[in-house]
Amino acid sequence: MTDIVVDVAALASLARLEVPKEELETLKREIPTILAFVETIQKADTSGLTEADGLRNVMRSDESAHETGAYTETLLSAAPTRKGDRIAVKQVISRKKS
Amino acid sequence: MDLTSLTIAGARKALDAKEYSALELTNEYLDTIRKKDGELHAYLEVWEKEAREDAKMADLRIARGEARTLTGIPIALKDNILVEGRIASAASKMLENYRASYDATVVRKLKDEGAVFLGRTNMDEFALGASTEHSAFGPTKNPHDTSRVPGGTSGGSTAAVAANLSLACLGSDTGGSIRQPSALCGVVGLKPTYGAVSRYGLIAAASSLDQIGTIGKRVADARAVFDVIRGHDEKDSTSLPDSFYKGIPKRNILGVPRGFLKEGVDADVLAEFEKTLDSLKEKGYSIVDVEVPSFHYALAVYYIINPAEVSTNLARFDGIRYGLSMQAEDISGVYAKTRGEGFGPEVRRRILIGTFVLSSGYADAYYRKARAVRELIRGDFARAFDSVDAIVLPTSPTPAFKFGEKSDPLAMYAADIFTVPVNLAGVPAISVPSGNVKRDGATLPVGFQIIASHGGENTIFAIGEDVEIPSA
Repeated sequence: MTDIVVDVAALASLARLEVPKEELETLKREIPTILAFVETIQKADTSGLTEADGLRNVMRSDESAHETGAYTETLLSAAPTRKGDRIAVKQVISRKKS
Repeated sequence: MDLTSLTIAGARKALDAKEYSALELTNEYLDTIRKKDGELHAYLEVWEKEAREDAKMADLRIARGEARTLTGIPIALKDNILVEGRIASAASKMLENYRASYDATVVRKLKDEGAVFLGRTNMDEFALGASTEHSAFGPTKNPHDTSRVPGGTSGGSTAAVAANLSLACLGSDTGGSIRQPSALCGVVGLKPTYGAVSRYGLIAAASSLDQIGTIGKRVADARAVFDVIRGHDEKDSTSLPDSFYKGIPKRNILGVPRGFLKEGVDADVLAEFEKTLDSLKEKGYSIVDVEVPSFHYALAVYYIINPAEVSTNLARFDGIRYGLSMQAEDISGVYAKTRGEGFGPEVRRRILIGTFVLSSGYADAYYRKARAVRELIRGDFARAFDSVDAIVLPTSPTPAFKFGEKSDPLAMYAADIFTVPVNLAGVPAISVPSGNVKRDGATLPVGFQIIASHGGENTIFAIGEDVEIPSA
């Protein structure tokens, strides 16, 4: 597993993250080194282990916690672009030919 | 007014006795900030006008005889804790101009007390780092030697307390981010039990590890603020029920993981640790060895789980709802450009590592395996606490290091070696100053870390008070 080749550019695209070219080169070296370090955990014997008994899911009831619209203005005032009571976004499907 | 020896209890007494007003106390801190923070850069923003208003309100309350523990007490907040209407940037370009839409639960509690907010303190961007060098707005300097880092990620908060730029601070601790900078700045830093303090209104880094905690000059100060901010909060589903805290019997037995200490600690830092152990022995504590074999894997486990959760949490910063937004042709361009522009290099590195360890084909070998080893670490803690009241370790393997000294990411990650097991298990821990070491003619503080089982805050406060030098 230590010989793993990491396609940093593909990872960056998966993470929707623009990475400067020169930084891509550094990361191509650094990330495999970091992965080689964290891989030491493969040596730990975890057979027969289950998730901690103390852990449980906490759910809130499936109903509106407050009156509709109570926070609309507060939240929209933080949005970069809005149209009325909605957040405006750029087109999702590009017209560019692939 | 001597800020150097001032404690919360001391300030409370003086305020109630009308020796000085909350406004005078606040002005004293604001003056000190004006004089010293140009060099130290502990603050990203000082709320001068608002702090004076807070102080005037506190004075009215004191005059009415309605003062509580923190009424009129000046406190600073790490820049990842939300105060409605004020900027909370997490020291990132992404949130440089973001104004919080609501108060964090801890902020609401401090407002109810009538505390005075001095400003927001510097940190590593999105609480990722160990030196405060990763702040997008420039590093904070260590008050003991300005050529050295204050530690991180709550380095602004710990430097502020160490240099008397605030009486106490709130920080957050994901892998040592309160304790390590507290050790490097010579102050007391508390990471409470996971769930003891609500995370509602804390900008998330790694949600299963993050915990808000307190920083002060004395154990009693860290405790006083903790007592105000703790408690169940229905807005944080991981917050513990108040019934969780029951008395834990105390036997004064301390465990030292000798095997784990061999991972590498500076000789003089270790010598200071041994000296503290000797002084505790003289005070009646028994010191025994404890075996915690899985701690050997803690750093590796942490640097899988942390980036995994960070990459997930930071997915919300996309230029659509709030924060930085870059123009582009279509929505995916907005995402990629905004994130590329808004996040700094360490944040980008963590997002990419997190994306990798969670990706199909690798998640079993990395993320799921790390979660299993995390259970081993929890188990080792639980077994150890069957026979000891607390586990003690140096907080940091080294004293404060020079700027730029740890440019290799793995070297920076190793600074957390003695603090990450605590977050992985969710147990409480405190760092208390205990001795000094010399580096290039500078005298640098060293921290002694005390770890108890879940809900064992009272245990670590009691032991912590036995570690700290009695106040004059």
